[in-house]
Amino acid sequence: MAERDFRKKRLDRGIKARSDTIFAVASTKEILYLLAPRFVPVAILLLLPLFLESYWNKVLVYACIYGLLALSWDFLASCGLFSLGQSLFFGLGAYIAGALNYYFHLPTVVTIPVATLAGGVLCAALLSPVMRLRGVYFAMVTLMLPLLLMKVVETTGVFGGTHGLSSLAGFPHEMLAIYLAIIGFLVCLFLFRRIMNADYGLILRAIRDDDRSVMSGGINIYWRKSQALFIAGAAGSFAGALMTHHYQFVGMSTFALDYSILPVAAVALGGPGTFAGAALGSMILVPLSEALRALGGLRIAIYCGILIVSIILLPEGFFHYLARKYHQFERIEKIK
Amino acid sequence: MTTSSNEPILRVERLKKNFGGVLAVYDVSFELKRGEFLGIIGPNGSGKTTLVNLITGFVRPSGGRVLFKGKNITGKMPYKIADLGIARTFQMVRLFYNLPAYKNLIIPLCSSRVRRMRGGKYGEKDDEAVDLLDDMGFERDSYVPYKQVGTLPHGYLKRLDLARAMALRPELLILDELFSGMSMSEVASTLPLIEKFNREGLTIIMIEHRLKELFRVVDRVLVLNFGEKIAEGTPDEVMAEDEVKKAYLGIDVEIPPDPGTA
Ligand SMILES: Nc1ncnc2c1ncn2[C@@H]1O[C@H](COP(=O)(O)OP(=O)(O)O)[C@@H](O)[C@H]1O
Ligand SMILES: [Mg+2]
Repeated sequence: MAERDFRKKRLDRGIKARSDTIFAVASTKEILYLLAPRFVPVAILLLLPLFLESYWNKVLVYACIYGLLALSWDFLASCGLFSLGQSLFFGLGAYIAGALNYYFHLPTVVTIPVATLAGGVLCAALLSPVMRLRGVYFAMVTLMLPLLLMKVVETTGVFGGTHGLSSLAGFPHEMLAIYLAIIGFLVCLFLFRRIMNADYGLILRAIRDDDRSVMSGGINIYWRKSQALFIAGAAGSFAGALMTHHYQFVGMSTFALDYSILPVAAVALGGPGTFAGAALGSMILVPLSEALRALGGLRIAIYCGILIVSIILLPEGFFHYLARKYHQFERIEKIK
Repeated sequence: MTTSSNEPILRVERLKKNFGGVLAVYDVSFELKRGEFLGIIGPNGSGKTTLVNLITGFVRPSGGRVLFKGKNITGKMPYKIADLGIARTFQMVRLFYNLPAYKNLIIPLCSSRVRRMRGGKYGEKDDEAVDLLDDMGFERDSYVPYKQVGTLPHGYLKRLDLARAMALRPELLILDELFSGMSMSEVASTLPLIEKFNREGLTIIMIEHRLKELFRVVDRVLVLNFGEKIAEGTPDEVMAEDEVKKAYLGIDVEIPPDPGTA
């Protein structure tokens, strides 16, 4: 009988469809209902470093760095550019910051912002010639580019060659690095969500869905895609620059495949298209990967197994699943 | 170079396109004066859509030139041509089905052309989009502007595509079979709108199978058959030509077929 007395009711979005700016909010409870999913995870993330031991704080930094790369991937995917080369963004940022510090002794307050911007510009410049390619062709080129740069560094010996550049400037306090990573990650998450919900993002998504239609509206789609490459590139380069100074070292490994593949896996796990999915995916995947480290050789197998099973069971991604459940659960009401 | 009033706004010179051996458009030339209303007719597969694609940059010509306001626009990118002031609708509408209707107009409203035309700044785009739809007969107070495109009937989509083209504030509007898929009453309410645009100075090229409606509004007609221009002139003139009659074999020119049953 219990099933008869209650029913699930989903949040009615009929009013919101008419206007993006006016929320019809009836009560404090509803405000909480809408804001809690944003504020609770942010609060947890900001408080977490205070309670974690040093090792897990390092893992948290990694999670944020992979998170930035996953967000950057999701951003490009939103305008139809599927990248398999997030390590290009990461490595460029890492090397720019490292080189500026190593050769010109610039402090981190300069190297990180410069690496972020210059990395974005470089990514856009390197990938602009191939952004006319769609789908798998663009992906192939992005996959090759970081490997190519890695070989260039290895064979020519520039930027320290195989040894990399070491004894670079670090952060005065470990907490600074941790919070820089967390805040960078959160800013990126909310900024990307904002951009995508604005008219600017509407056009990017429209380019993904039908670029000819967008062109007939007088929009230079290649210029827009370059801008998207800059934005995504800057996010990835920031992550790289942060990593360089956190470890006071930059080497060829920043162009490694890990930085390309793991972010894609994180998005697949969390769910694409919302950024929240990408963020959630990295926050699950990176610590999971660390936790499995104790298992030694089996680690990768178990890790891949979990990934495959969760993608099969939740093809929409974790985030969409949670969001759906949240709205449904909250709205169970009694039938009189 | 001067843009005197009698210089044509559009000049198509010996335009050619072959798709791997198929001559879709062959040696087509014509001129269009500012403010003129040109109809293009021809049987299916005669190259009408390809001609539109050639003018608007969606297809690169195999030969010939297109001049818009005296400027060579042959082979330019579609967004560049749109930016210069040529807007088009698509025979198969290209709208964003997961967006509300009015949001589809945001794309042209974000173009640099619209910003230029508005004196260097953008307006309140959502309001402008809803206003434009209102002008197009989708009333502001109805549900239509806010409805997802995917849920609207087909005839509405064609008008929405027209609104999308008009949002660009074009100087030349090209309509590719706008009325196909529209009901009689939708055609009856859309036709006066298009006539009004033309009266207000907009140059229009209209491709249409519904000859009765088309002939009522156009100044001039161009007839294509197998990619070639076979006739040009006023509706009465072209329909008197034997070659046109042959191309339209079986169609009674005096009384065009009822679009509802044809
Ligand atoms: N992209 C294309 N590739 C190959 N052939 C095409 C293409 N577009 C059109 N055609 C061919 O060109 C001819 C003219 O087509 P089209 O311009 O669509 O005619 P209409 O619009 O008058 O019906 C047809 O034979 C068609 O098959
Ligand atoms: Mg056609």
